[in-house]
Amino acid sequence: MSNALSSRRPAGGRVRPTRFDTALGWSPSFGPALVLRILLCALAVFVFAAPFLVIISGAFSKTAQASHLSLFPTDSTLQNFQVAGDRGLWSYFGNSLVIAGGGLLLQITVSVLSAYALARRRFRGQAIVMGLFLLTMMLPEEIIAIPLSVVLGDLPVLHTSLKGSVLGVILPVGAWGFSVLVMTEFMREVPREIEESARLDGVGEFRMLWQIILPLCRPALGVIGIFGYLMIWDQYLLPIIAANSPDDYTLTVALSVLRADVQVGSGVVLAGALVALVPSLIVYFCLQGSLVRGITAGATKG
Amino acid sequence: MTAPVTERPAAAPARPPGVRRRPFNWRRALTPWLFLAPGLLLALYFKFIPMIQGIRLSLHKVQPFLGDQWVGLDNYRTVLEDDRFREAFRHTLALGIGQTLGAIVVGFLLALLLEGQAKSLWIVRTAVFLPVITAIAVVGEIWRLLYLPTGDGFVNTLLGLVGIGPQPFLDSPDSALWSVMAVGVWIGAPYNMVIILAGLAGVERSLYEAAAVDGVSLLQRLRYITLPALRPALTIVLTLAAIRGLRIFTEVYVLTGGGPAGRTEVWMTRVFSLGFERNDIGVASAASMLLLAVTLVLTIAVRLLSRRADT
Repeated sequence: MSNALSSRRPAGGRVRPTRFDTALGWSPSFGPALVLRILLCALAVFVFAAPFLVIISGAFSKTAQASHLSLFPTDSTLQNFQVAGDRGLWSYFGNSLVIAGGGLLLQITVSVLSAYALARRRFRGQAIVMGLFLLTMMLPEEIIAIPLSVVLGDLPVLHTSLKGSVLGVILPVGAWGFSVLVMTEFMREVPREIEESARLDGVGEFRMLWQIILPLCRPALGVIGIFGYLMIWDQYLLPIIAANSPDDYTLTVALSVLRADVQVGSGVVLAGALVALVPSLIVYFCLQGSLVRGITAGATKG
Repeated sequence: MTAPVTERPAAAPARPPGVRRRPFNWRRALTPWLFLAPGLLLALYFKFIPMIQGIRLSLHKVQPFLGDQWVGLDNYRTVLEDDRFREAFRHTLALGIGQTLGAIVVGFLLALLLEGQAKSLWIVRTAVFLPVITAIAVVGEIWRLLYLPTGDGFVNTLLGLVGIGPQPFLDSPDSALWSVMAVGVWIGAPYNMVIILAGLAGVERSLYEAAAVDGVSLLQRLRYITLPALRPALTIVLTLAAIRGLRIFTEVYVLTGGGPAGRTEVWMTRVFSLGFERNDIGVASAASMLLLAVTLVLTIAVRLLSRRADT
C-alpha cells in the first residue's frame, strides 16, 4: 500500500532529492518551476478527478438537474437515493454484488487449480492446455456475444437455460486466461525443494496446494483478485444477454434504465453511479499495490 | 505406455540419471487433469462452444421455428458489402488508433509531471488513476451528463470561462466521434501513466547527471535518454491495446448508442443492433467471426514479431 503507484527506486532511508531524480529534472527547491508543477498537478487532478466530485455532489443535491452539475452539492439530501431505491437500485446492486462475489470466487478457484496443474505438474498436452487458456483471452464476451446468448438459452448436453439466473453471468467469467497465466507464472517460481520435502512428509495434492503453495503466492492472488474484480464489474454485454428481463440487470447496466426513466432527474442516475462506484473504490484502496504491480508486470512481459 | 513427456525441462524435477522409468501410474497421470477440469469445462462451455456455434451460425440463415438454412458465405458477403459496416469499420479504426495515440501522449505527459517520491505526488497519482478503476458504463453515464450540450452543462460552463461558446459534443454528427475519443483517452491515459512511470524508474540516474554535465538540453535529454528506455515496454502494450480497441463497445453504446445519424457506429454496436434488435443472427455472427479472425491474426502476428525482435 505504501509503495503503491510510486516508482520503485528508494531502498530505505531518506535520500536527499536532487533534480536528477526525474526525467524532466524537476527542481526540489522552491521556485517558479515548483509553482508551475503545482499548477499542472492541480489541472491534472481536476481533469481526472473532478467528474467524481460531480457524481457525489449531484447524487446528494436536491436540485440535481442535468444542467446544474457542480462540484459541490447545493442542498444536500438523500432523496435521490430514495427515488433510485424505489426504482430498484438496491436490488440491482444486490445482483451486482452476488455476481461479482460469486464470479470472483469461481474465477480465482479455477485459476489457482489450473495454475497448480500447469506449473507444478508435467503431463502430456500441457502446451495445448496452455494454448487453450490463451485462446480464452481472445474470446471476450463482446466477440462471442451472439452465439453465447444462444448457448446460454440452451446449454448443450445439459439442455437447461441459464438466462435470468446469476449463474448466466458467473459461469462465463469463470475461465479467464489472464488469471490462469499470472497464477501459473507465479507458481513456477516456488522452489521445488519446498514441495518435495512436503511430499516426503506425506502431504496430499490438495493440502499441498492449499497449505504449501498457495500461501507463497499471496502477491499473485492480490493481482488476480483486483484484475478479476475490475473485469467482472466492467461486464456490460454479458449481463444484458444473460437477462430475461431488466430485473436481472447488474447495477452498471441498470444505470441506463434509470437514465431512460423520464420521471427521474439526473440526480437519481448519479446516485446509482455513486453506489456502483463505491465497491470499486474500496477494492482499489485495498489492492492498489497489486493493481500497479499487475500493470507494470504486464507491460514488461508484453 | 511411457511416463509423461517433459514439455518444460525447467519445471520438471531432475530425474537422477540411471533410474529406471517407473511403470505407468494412473493416479499420477490423472491428477493434473482433475485440477484442470473446472477451468477447461467452463472454457469449453462458455468460450469454445460459443465460438464453434458462431462459426456455424455465420454460415446459416437463422430463422426461428423454420429451422436454419445453409447459405455458405452469403452472410459474410452481406457484411463486407454493407455500407453501414464499412462506415462502422472506419469509425472503429479511427477510435482504436486515435484513443491509443491520445492515451499514450497524455499518459506520457502525466508520467513526466508526476514522477517522484514525494507523498503529495503519490496522492495526485492516486486521484488521477480513478478513471481506470471505474466501470466503463459508469464512466459513460457521467460523461453523458458532463457533455450536456446546453450552455450550462458542466464542460460547456468550463469552456464558457475561457470564452468558448457552448458545444454540442455528442449531439452533433461532426463532434460526436471526437467526444467519444476524448473519453477513451481519459480512461486510457492514467493506465499508460503507470506503465511509463515504471519505465522512467528504470532509467539510470547517472545518465541524467552526465547529460547535465555535457550541457544537453531538456528536449535532447528526453529524446535520447528517456524515450529509448521506454520504447521496448511501450510498443507491444500499445499495439495490443489498439487491437483490443477494435472490439470497443460499452463506451460507445452508453455514450451515443452509435448515433447521431450513425456517426459513432462501431463494429460491435452494429453487430449488437443487428443481432439483438433486428434478430439477424446469421449476419451478426458472420460480423463477429470476422472481428475474431482479425484480432486473432493481428495479436498472433504482433506476438511473433515482438518475440523475433527480442532474440
